[in-house]
Amino acid sequence: MAIDAATVRRVAHLARIKTPEERLEPLAQELNGILNWIEQLNEVDVDGVEPMTSNVAQTLRLRDDVVTDGDKVADVLSNAPKAADGFFVVPKVVE
Amino acid sequence: MSDLTKLTLADAVDGLKAKTFSSEELTQAFLGEIASANPTLNAYVEVTGEKALAQARASDAKLAKGEGGDLEGAPLGIKDLFCTEGVQTTAGSNMLRGFVPPYESTVTANLWRDGAVMLGKLNMDEFAMGSANETSAFGPVVNPWKAQGDDAQLTPGGSSGGSASAVAANLCLAATASDTGGSIRQPAAFTGTVGIKPTYGRASRFGMVAFASSLDQAGPITKTVKDSAILLKSMCSFDTKDSTSLDVPTPDWAASVGQSVKGLRIGVPAEYLIDGMPEEIKKLWEQGVEWLKAAGCEIVQISLPHTKYALPTYYIVAPAEASSNLARYDGMRFGHRAEEFTSLDDLYAASRAEGFGKEVQRRLTIGAYVLSAGFYDAYYVRALKVRRRIAEDFDNVWGKVDAILTPSTPSAAFKLGDKQIDPLTMYLNDVFTVTTNLAGLPGISVPAGLDSKGLPLGLQIIGKALDEDTVFKVAGAIEDAAGFVSKPAKWW
Repeated sequence: MAIDAATVRRVAHLARIKTPEERLEPLAQELNGILNWIEQLNEVDVDGVEPMTSNVAQTLRLRDDVVTDGDKVADVLSNAPKAADGFFVVPKVVE
Repeated sequence: MSDLTKLTLADAVDGLKAKTFSSEELTQAFLGEIASANPTLNAYVEVTGEKALAQARASDAKLAKGEGGDLEGAPLGIKDLFCTEGVQTTAGSNMLRGFVPPYESTVTANLWRDGAVMLGKLNMDEFAMGSANETSAFGPVVNPWKAQGDDAQLTPGGSSGGSASAVAANLCLAATASDTGGSIRQPAAFTGTVGIKPTYGRASRFGMVAFASSLDQAGPITKTVKDSAILLKSMCSFDTKDSTSLDVPTPDWAASVGQSVKGLRIGVPAEYLIDGMPEEIKKLWEQGVEWLKAAGCEIVQISLPHTKYALPTYYIVAPAEASSNLARYDGMRFGHRAEEFTSLDDLYAASRAEGFGKEVQRRLTIGAYVLSAGFYDAYYVRALKVRRRIAEDFDNVWGKVDAILTPSTPSAAFKLGDKQIDPLTMYLNDVFTVTTNLAGLPGISVPAGLDSKGLPLGLQIIGKALDEDTVFKVAGAIEDAAGFVSKPAKWW
């Protein structure tokens, strides 16, 4: 499953990382090196093995459905690149 | 009074309680050392001197009345991925330059509850992705150790390089750190310090900048095993703000350090004897086995057959989780936002390209790839299955052994810039440490000797889930037998 420049362009878009054209080929080579090394996982017999998604063998806890936090508009906006009147300011998305 | 900075955490806490010196004196001594050392070692990205002195005076007032917590008046360094209210928290990234959290991480809140003093925020690999502290947006940290007869600057390891360097150079009594694949234990081994990653779920992840949530755990880097036991106890707690936090009591581990290890069964895994392992590392490991035998342990040869698959498994699981976690950095609500863009989509992509460094971009790309349609089962799901095989390897030996002894790292500290060419060479640093992250087990690195160039080497003890007690006992026995007292000669 060798990666080419077109695949890197697609994946970079999925990751939302702007990648200049001249970087696509070198990145493809780097990723191929890493993925070739990862291919060794195909040697392992994983028939009937359940995927391990967590180290913690417990069901998620439930809590009472009550308000425990909030009313912190200034805190929430304190690190915003742009904010006004209690809102985040973002570029126009609907023409 | 600069000798105060050489104290262990345990001795400093005792001295403060006995009023032999004040927290203000101790804090001033550390701030003095930091001022002279940091331009060279680059361990701190921000020094919070005024806050430290205010906390120290408050601690002195409590101590004068015979009050105070377990860490009252003790000056610590905090890895810059723990959110600290009102103090910039960057995770070593330009993405978060200028980010000032309006809230406190649970781990650091626990430390302030117990009376600790914050000296500042410690440098680290960007988003904890690295093993040499070279991916930090603030430049690499320098190891206070140097090889004999060689003036080259060495890496303190990573990602908790600032924490390890600061503890080794007496720029704090002890430091917080975090470990996703070895980021506490590898830098501890490279700097002659002690570092423990506890059982997954012991320390809350709330307010820790996330890398790979199923692997990330907080832990301390300290001068001694006892200091690690003291600081880890304070850091751990059950926390409803972290859904994977374990609702279990936190034992008084310091009481275990120094207890007899007689009769304990210690496993030595054949698969950790990897090709090309330096003779010195092999010898140190054999020496560790001899020390534990002499202390009355029974040595058991064991097999952990899936060990060699741990690193490739990690390099699917960790980037996959990172690509999901770091999706939050879109330049909208916090973090870096690009100035120039053509559309909303372009703004996301441009902000992330400008804010993230090369290694972070590389891992996010791998993560997006292994999670993408058509590759999800072949890579991600397969890795999760192999991960279970690796965890089962450990389950299969716990009937026969109480703890496992391995080297901490495949080499001593290397020169800064030496392994940047090929990412795979860098990834191999974590070959002995990454298995415990995948399986969720506690692991500690204890300094055990010097190599022929005079650089520190560490041994790792791995324990059963929630059995830090045995880990601390065995670590104490290694520390005793090794009698490791070497400190880097001061050149900075």
